[in-house]
Amino acid sequence: MSQDHSLNPESFPQDPAKATQEGKHKYIGLWFFLGGETVLFACLFATYLALHQSTAGGPSSQDLFGLELVFIMTILLLTSSLTSVYAIYHMKNNNFKKMQLWFGITALLGIAFLACEIYEFAHYIHEYEFTFRSSAFGSAFYTLVGFHGGHVVFGLSWLIALMVRNAKRGLSLYNAPKYNTFAIYWHFIDVVWVFIFTVVYLMGMVS
Amino acid sequence: MSRWMGKMKALIMLGFVAIVLSACGKENLTALDPKGYGAEQAMDIMILSIIIMVAVFIIVMLVFTIALVKFREKKGQEDYIPKQVEGNHTLEIVWTGIPIILVLVLAVPTVISVFDLADTTDASSSLNVEVTGNQYWWHFNYEGEEIQTSQDLYIPVGEKVYLDIQASDVIHSFWVPTISGKMDANPENVNTMYIEAYEEGVYWGKCAELCGPSHSLMDFKIVAVSPEEFDAWVEDMKNVDPEQTPQNAVATEGQELFEANNCMACHAIGSSPVATGPNLTNYANRTKIAGILEPTTENLVDWLLDPETIKPGNKMTGNYPSLSEEEANSIAEYLMQLDHSDVTPESAGN
Amino acid sequence: MSIASTQNKGFGAILWDYLTTVDHKKIGNMYIAAGAFFFILGGIEALIIRIQLMAPENDFISAGLYNEMITMHGTTMIFLAATPILVGFMNAIMPLQIGARDVAFPFLNSLGFWLFLFGGIMLNLSWFLGGAPDAGWTAYTPLSTQSPGHGVDFYVMGLQLSGAGTLMGGINFLVTIVTMRAPGMTYMRMPLFTWTTFVASILILFAFPALTVGLFLLMFDRMFGSAFFDVALGGNSVIWQHLFWIFGHPEVYILILPAFGIFSEIFPVFAKKRLFGYSSMVFATFMIAFLGFMVWAHHMFTVGLGPVANAIFAVATMAIAVPTGIKIFNWLATMWGGSIRINSAMLWSLAFIPSFTIGGMTGVMLAASTADFQYHDTYFVVAHFHYVIVGGVVFGILAGLHYWWPKLFGKVLHEGMGKIAFWLFFIGFHLTFFIQHFLGLMGMPRRYWVFLENQGLDTGNLVSTIGAFLMALGSIVFVINVVYTTMKGEKASADPWGTGRTLEWAISSPAPEYNFKQLPLVRGLDPLWIEKMDGNVKMTPAEPLNDIHMPNGSILPLIMTIGFFIASLGFIYQVDSKAWLIVLYAGMAIALGCMLIRSLKDDHGFHIHKEDLEREAD
Repeated sequence: MSQDHSLNPESFPQDPAKATQEGKHKYIGLWFFLGGETVLFACLFATYLALHQSTAGGPSSQDLFGLELVFIMTILLLTSSLTSVYAIYHMKNNNFKKMQLWFGITALLGIAFLACEIYEFAHYIHEYEFTFRSSAFGSAFYTLVGFHGGHVVFGLSWLIALMVRNAKRGLSLYNAPKYNTFAIYWHFIDVVWVFIFTVVYLMGMVS
Repeated sequence: MSRWMGKMKALIMLGFVAIVLSACGKENLTALDPKGYGAEQAMDIMILSIIIMVAVFIIVMLVFTIALVKFREKKGQEDYIPKQVEGNHTLEIVWTGIPIILVLVLAVPTVISVFDLADTTDASSSLNVEVTGNQYWWHFNYEGEEIQTSQDLYIPVGEKVYLDIQASDVIHSFWVPTISGKMDANPENVNTMYIEAYEEGVYWGKCAELCGPSHSLMDFKIVAVSPEEFDAWVEDMKNVDPEQTPQNAVATEGQELFEANNCMACHAIGSSPVATGPNLTNYANRTKIAGILEPTTENLVDWLLDPETIKPGNKMTGNYPSLSEEEANSIAEYLMQLDHSDVTPESAGN
Repeated sequence: MSIASTQNKGFGAILWDYLTTVDHKKIGNMYIAAGAFFFILGGIEALIIRIQLMAPENDFISAGLYNEMITMHGTTMIFLAATPILVGFMNAIMPLQIGARDVAFPFLNSLGFWLFLFGGIMLNLSWFLGGAPDAGWTAYTPLSTQSPGHGVDFYVMGLQLSGAGTLMGGINFLVTIVTMRAPGMTYMRMPLFTWTTFVASILILFAFPALTVGLFLLMFDRMFGSAFFDVALGGNSVIWQHLFWIFGHPEVYILILPAFGIFSEIFPVFAKKRLFGYSSMVFATFMIAFLGFMVWAHHMFTVGLGPVANAIFAVATMAIAVPTGIKIFNWLATMWGGSIRINSAMLWSLAFIPSFTIGGMTGVMLAASTADFQYHDTYFVVAHFHYVIVGGVVFGILAGLHYWWPKLFGKVLHEGMGKIAFWLFFIGFHLTFFIQHFLGLMGMPRRYWVFLENQGLDTGNLVSTIGAFLMALGSIVFVINVVYTTMKGEKASADPWGTGRTLEWAISSPAPEYNFKQLPLVRGLDPLWIEKMDGNVKMTPAEPLNDIHMPNGSILPLIMTIGFFIASLGFIYQVDSKAWLIVLYAGMAIALGCMLIRSLKDDHGFHIHKEDLEREAD
């Protein structure tokens, strides 16, 4: 257990994210955390499904949703998941620059996604006067999608903090687990979005 | 010393059980002396489950006591090391298998009765009453008849009566222990249940879901009368004259005050959709005032002067002009003369 | 860093040490101390409730205050007393039992504790800031959304804070058990208390997020005008009940499983016999946890979910009786053929068997939904869950306190006082709650501020109140015992009971800050017992003596928590005046700033050197 975590080709482990005891803790801990997050989103989805027709005379999901924007958002987020996979690939090859590059692209895609979401909400509020307080449907919609958006914001802040902090220090066994846990978290956010896309938007436009 | 305490405890326990069982609560309030269909069903399941449970408890306690007496550490054998047993498959299968059987014995009749009590197929051919829970009183609307009452629900004995239960504000729960189990009154949906009383009588009802400060004061009654009396009561209630002139001057003044103070904004006399406050038809025959006080003019005056002390958090407080004692007395006199039917709680044998 | 040197420190240094500690044992002790404080608060509230119900139509306290009392009693006892004390045991004991030097995330551990503590403070602050929450500990909507004042807001924010803390604890324990077991400590060699910690942590992980969501919805409705529970705008109040009980029922098992674990440690030690049917005990623990997630709607039989749901949830609930029965019989079989020594720890454990059996049986009775239409929301239910929570959890906590006190604090609790406290509490407990079964069936709903005269409920209520005072007396004797022991108690050896079987008894009492100088080699279930039977004095080490890596202490968790605490006040009061938004943002800035510092500042910990370790006596 030496203090020196810097890496060179001889000492480079197969999986730098899980090479240290702390790294293993973070890796397993994150998976458990995601288990809890799954329950959190399951409860939000259940609430949404219970209330999605309770429009109280206000706009319904058919009135509101359009596919184009949501489709673009889906592509953005799915792609960002893919770019984070590339980043981790480069991490495992001890290529710090390329890892930072791909994580940078991931962050940009995430920001683009977020911008679309803010535009979407603003659109509903101004064009349809559909707000958080309009109806039980409104509350449930903004809460579910907003919780996901909040996770995106948190993920982006996390990623940017990591990238800035380590820009000059390079990859080490101390920060590799941090990048890795972020990447898993980002995939999770992506999966949740796929469910939102299906349950909220696709099903909302049909029924 | 500990053994002596154990025996003492057993004796105290036995004493209590004897006291409690000898008097299983107040008649027409307790669930232990069922006089209606739902309560009887519940009692059957209760007895079955108690028999099973007591049997299990006796077995557990037997093993427990024998183990404790037989395997206490003996003086001079502090160094004795007992055999370290890992387990015993036969035993473990036995005490897994037997509970499964016992649970099944209880589960089957439970499931049958659950479906039986939820069966509402003959609702259309029965008497239907809309029950609304309010902070802190109950409203009853006889569907298909132009009859509304509050606090006292008149039903015919020996017939199924369907209740469509809901709430106007927060969740309440409709419970008349001697007649039937409870059903929640929710603000967003109607829950249907049926009740059937076997004997004539006045049965105590309680609110069983925390609904605010006066939750414990939200009593009501079911007045179960013979079918003939019930029909007579229905006739009387249909023919109420809300404008009927009272018998004496005080009451007439009370009637004027009742109108002048706009009590009708919330309280109806006679059939009316107004149900912001309790419907006051047939008030003279109410079993209780405000659900909890003895039905005397004095108590009604007290209520009119200061409802807040009697039922904290009620919706009447502050929503009417303050009354002098004299005015309250007149109104009370008037209300206590609203005798619209000869069928009264006394007819139900109470 | 031995015990002697800590005693020489000044008060300020000791305080700073505790505020910044990341040592699982100190955090465990703080959990237990804070939990005990809240237990006393909740107990006082209980006594006030019982005084009010001593006689019919009593007016000892007003109706509004009574509702605040019952709400705070329930919330305090469940969230701030029972759960934290058990989490304290998990923290202090579980790493010792698996031969670990700390938990996986020491920083998170400290954060979890402070969040719980400040959540509890937030909740109780409501007493001084306009009134406590009054919608019951279950906070059913729309009563809770319509409750005037800020009481329920404090409930929401307080539970949100302490809930987040508990969730962190759960994840921490899971990772610790998965990754930090000593060499040879396979899963099926773990002590039962470690197993129940593991399973309870899984329950925490999957149950608490449901509460989190429920609290968020309630918070949005009360503070930001959303319409989840507003029927006029299409809301549905039953959603709250589902979310609450999807959390609430597993919460019961989060409490009872660790208590089961404690009993499973105590019976073998004082019967000098291996736990009977170890594998079936583990299996039963998992069964209970699994079924525990399938039965939440048995709290909702009268909601009107329909006969299909009621039937399914009734049968699923009854099924829990089977694994619970397995456990009871395994404990009996552990004692059978043993050599039973009865002391305070054992007394509480023995008393648990009949008490909990009664609670379990009334549980099965409640599961029969037809009969539940009568029991529901009456004193029968009150009696049932007190038999389970007091007869199971509180007895378990007290048994655990007597059993592990030497390991936690280095002294043995006084036996005589322990026994007096036990008998007072035990008799008081049955006196209080047994009769309540009958009160419920005789027509007394729960949460009643008064019961009326001439309804046949007078005697039962009086008896119940007398019992409550006996319980209070027992608790006082216990507190005196703690004070006495701290002042004059005899110092404990590493294995004060002489028959300890698990690893925590292999190290000194209290444990040194690094727990194990050398990680022990585990050769089977009950590793210490195995070594004893082989005539060894100590555990065989699994590694040579080396430097020990330790985490650094940090004040950040406390500051972060204070940030969240301030932000919560901002959330509550921004409803009255938008100026409070500044407080909200300031609090958030503090909390997020701490997170950022934690993220940016490298923390490599420090090492205790081999030479220092060698110098210390065993």
